[in-house]
Amino acid sequence: MAAAVETISGFDQFLAAEQEKDLLRLLTCGSVDDGKSTLIGRLLYDSRNVFEDQVQAAAKASRNRSAGSLDLSLLTDGLRAEREQGITIDVAYRYFATARRKFIIADTPGHEQYTRNMATGASTADLAILLIDARQGVLDQSRRHAYICSLLGIPRYVVAVNKMDLVDFDRAVFDRIQIEFSEFLDSVGVRDAYFLPMSALAGDNVVRGSSRMPWFQGASLLEHLETVDTAREAAAGFRMAVQRVVRPDHDFRGYAGEVASGTLRTGDAVTVLPSGLRSRVERIATFDGDLDEARVGQAVTVVLADQLDISRGDLLYSGTAKPHATQRFEAQIVWMDARPLDPRKRYAIKHTTRSVAAEFTAIRHRVDIHTLAEEPADRLEMNAIGVVEMATAKPIFFDPYSTNRATGAFIVIDPETNATSGAGMLLRPVIDAKRSGPVTAADRMARWGHRGGIVRVRDRVLAQGVERRLFDRGCAAAFVESDDAAHALESAGMLAIVIDRAAAETDAAKIVRSLELNDVLRPVDRLTQGGGI
Amino acid sequence: MTLLSIDNMIYTRSMSHLRTLEAESIHIFREVAAEFQRPVMLYSIGKDSSVLLRLAQKAFYPEPIPFPLLHIDTSYKFKEMIDFRDEYTRRIGARLIVHSNRKALDEGAQPFVLGTQRCCGLLKTQALLDALGEGGFDAAIGGARRDEERSRAKERIYSFRDKLGQWDPKNQRPELWNLFNGRIEPGESIRVFPLSNWTEIDVWHYIHVESIPIVPLYFAKERPMLVRGESLIPVEQPFIPMLPGEQPRMVRCRMRSLGCSPCTGAIRSDADTVPKIIEELIAARRSERENRVIDHDQDGSMEMKKREGYF
Ligand SMILES: Nc1nc2c(ncn2[C@@H]2O[C@H](COP(=O)(O)OP(=O)(O)O)[C@@H](O)[C@H]2O)c(=O)[nH]1
Repeated sequence: MAAAVETISGFDQFLAAEQEKDLLRLLTCGSVDDGKSTLIGRLLYDSRNVFEDQVQAAAKASRNRSAGSLDLSLLTDGLRAEREQGITIDVAYRYFATARRKFIIADTPGHEQYTRNMATGASTADLAILLIDARQGVLDQSRRHAYICSLLGIPRYVVAVNKMDLVDFDRAVFDRIQIEFSEFLDSVGVRDAYFLPMSALAGDNVVRGSSRMPWFQGASLLEHLETVDTAREAAAGFRMAVQRVVRPDHDFRGYAGEVASGTLRTGDAVTVLPSGLRSRVERIATFDGDLDEARVGQAVTVVLADQLDISRGDLLYSGTAKPHATQRFEAQIVWMDARPLDPRKRYAIKHTTRSVAAEFTAIRHRVDIHTLAEEPADRLEMNAIGVVEMATAKPIFFDPYSTNRATGAFIVIDPETNATSGAGMLLRPVIDAKRSGPVTAADRMARWGHRGGIVRVRDRVLAQGVERRLFDRGCAAAFVESDDAAHALESAGMLAIVIDRAAAETDAAKIVRSLELNDVLRPVDRLTQGGGI
Repeated sequence: MTLLSIDNMIYTRSMSHLRTLEAESIHIFREVAAEFQRPVMLYSIGKDSSVLLRLAQKAFYPEPIPFPLLHIDTSYKFKEMIDFRDEYTRRIGARLIVHSNRKALDEGAQPFVLGTQRCCGLLKTQALLDALGEGGFDAAIGGARRDEERSRAKERIYSFRDKLGQWDPKNQRPELWNLFNGRIEPGESIRVFPLSNWTEIDVWHYIHVESIPIVPLYFAKERPMLVRGESLIPVEQPFIPMLPGEQPRMVRCRMRSLGCSPCTGAIRSDADTVPKIIEELIAARRSERENRVIDHDQDGSMEMKKREGYF
């Protein structure tokens, strides 16, 4: 009896520990035949994360191919069959767990589409495993993979020198590769790389250590993955983009979103962009009860002390480092669309929860993926990487991608095809000063996000109401007393509000709406109004 | 150059994997509600649907779930499933739409006449496409997970479907960060899978920690079964063909996944609590779909169903 109770509570403890495991997202990179599938199969198999029926199926297939023993690569090879059928192979996700941690592996095949696929897998990865074939050493492709991973901001790296069995487990081979590749990794800003010699096929240094390489004292791959520190180094400033305004009744008004960085506590002062208005956090509401504090990654609903006009796409922040609020910025781009990036075309970007019309105002350079040299370009083809300058119809609120992956990333959407055409990593706002020549209407529009215009309203109360609404939307708008002043503002691309007793009787909301209809203002992003079209 | 004082950089301990997955799913739910006109949530009554439902409640709290649930009823579901469905959705105040392919049922559609594949095609796939079309739904949220089956490993969280509801593996959008592209033309739709990154074990852990109600069929009990070799076939429907002299026997068993009673095998088990189920899963190294008769038709059959519009 006592024994039975003990086993149950033992299992309860196991369950409790299980729930405390954290999650590590990995990306595996390697060229075709470097042994990626074998490695993943080995990790899954040796850590007992494949099911018997899957092993049997793989064993059956291995026999069919007369490959002798169990071919581990078949355990994961949903992709090979597809390759044969000519189906697009991109990113496949695998899941496994050990006693210490849960893992998600993004598996991207190393063929022509690698840039696009690797960027996709890398965008969420905490750690990259770069595979190098010991016989071949550091190839162009190895450098490319590392470069793309660093571009996408992966913080941690393992360099696995595979197929050591084919070079007699020779330490000199491993050392040579380590010295050569370390130098390159340094040059692309990768500081935290763990090198290890391995045989994925035989299992040396994958899950267990290797008796055949006594000269290597380090942890096996799995030991390293289980213990590597996942604490996130992040800019401390609190950031949360509003996903939805939650209004179940008149008493409750909350802003739902995921904490993108930093920590939020009740009582904290926060600022809202674009309006710049400030308030205090009254409640952090969740289904499981109110929280005193919400941390990065948590999905919460924030209630503020003041009634402010806040909508989807707005950003709540606190802290001394302010997000940039701008309509012109520089970004690194990975192009993912068969239709090349065209600077004459209109695109949309989705950045945090904000979708805005955008265009490419300049291509600064393209990166030659073979030499990593910068070269001039007038368009970017699929799988190209470059630095561009962009302008958006409304401001976006961001931190550089290098300091904040969540507020520094965006995707480019082609509104003609709805395709996700590119991935963007924000660098910095563009300061207009360095443009030459007179300031054009387009320049002004890019800055203000609207055309210039004069709004005539009946009385002062209405004028102030319209001014407030426009101002809160981030418009350059001012209520002025004279027509001369109004014309001056208009020619500066701003919105002037003047009193005109002859104007029709209406309200501020209708006036703003009519500005949208007349294409003076862009409607508040269509997506935010529920039209996913 | 911005000056950052040293206390501007902090280290944040990561959340547990379950809370990370939960937050990711909530984020997806909220994006769908914000970006689509008429979302709907597919509700299959199984454990994954139960988790999905809890996540939806969390995503929208304190609002009610802002879209209806849709159950595709083949009429061959276990009675315990239907009882659970009606009771539970009423209790949490969810809006429920039930749709069946009446025409096919009136014409006598059942698996032993049509074969599992054709039966599924009519009662599940066709019924689902019809229901989505009739409802004018532009986003259908489902509980599929990438670890369920090999062909799902590369499935997107937002899976694009053309005007015929079909999945084109060549025409899926890359998904980066948590930035989902929900733009579609009228008539097109997106299937959304908020549980993409959950594994079967994660689902059970979550049910355990959150005390989420599930259909009792998941728990071990003596049930009448036809015992054919390794297979345990439930005998809820009168049309199950019996072998000469065959009699149902009482077997202590449970369902590992729920579907239509004629096509869902049971497994022998003593696991009558969630922790015991988890213990069993850790010990038994067999993938969950294996005892679903449905997948035995032919290799890669899931992929075929998916292309035709099944989840
Ligand atoms: N000798 C040896 N062969 C290996 C090793 N790892 C993989 N291979 C073999 O290399 C070939 C390509 O491996 P695979 O995993 O399919 O490579 P992928 O294209 O990167 O997924 C297969 O024949 C593997 O058996 C290793 O460590 N040693």
